[in-house]
Amino acid sequence: MTAIEILSGILVILGSLSIIVGLLGVYRMPDFFTRLHAASVIDTLGTILILFGLILYAGLNIVSIKLLLILIFILITTPTAAHALAKSALHGKLKPMTDDD
Amino acid sequence: MEHHLVLRVVARIIIPLIMLFALYVQFHGDYGPGGGFQAGVIFASSFILYGIIFGIAKLRQVIHPSFVRSSAAFGVLIYVGVGIVTILNGGEFLNYNVLSQSAEAGQHIGIMIIEFGVGLTVASTMIILFFAFAKP
Repeated sequence: MTAIEILSGILVILGSLSIIVGLLGVYRMPDFFTRLHAASVIDTLGTILILFGLILYAGLNIVSIKLLLILIFILITTPTAAHALAKSALHGKLKPMTDDD
Repeated sequence: MEHHLVLRVVARIIIPLIMLFALYVQFHGDYGPGGGFQAGVIFASSFILYGIIFGIAKLRQVIHPSFVRSSAAFGVLIYVGVGIVTILNGGEFLNYNVLSQSAEAGQHIGIMIIEFGVGLTVASTMIILFFAFAKP
């Protein structure tokens, strides 16, 4: 195993761990907005780490370029989806939970 | 929808990328995963996204419903037309081998044209369905 393979394995494992953390957050968080925040961790941090690990593993060829394009596409779309969800929830008169509740 | 600035800006970035990806799925279908059905649905989803973000009236200006209906029929015409051409060239219906000098090139040409017809029909039908169910 070369150093790059070990590094890519570490990145994939870190990404999987952050996905587990995000899933726990979705399961345990009290209201909609905090759950959305936890789900965004899966979408951004988890996919960034896993795809970076796979890019390192693939080396410089057409596969890694495709993975990079997927990464850029995900980084554009998933924050937008979270934004749209949160905005429509606020629009639908859903109040965020505060310390008073 | 006037105040959804983020959605509108991101949609403007994303829609050409979706169309490009649909064309990739369409014409890479010989060698990889993909083909006419998937590409058609992806291509139609770019128009549906435009309709959701910018409104149905603007989508009707971009792509007129009568044009979509005729292009859906035109895709079926391409499909059947290839079959008729193979019969005229002396083969069976949709026997691609007779389309060119060599059987392999004939297979490539036939599948490419057939999948283009399928993609056109599927994309048009998806847009027709969206027009039918969307509030005017």
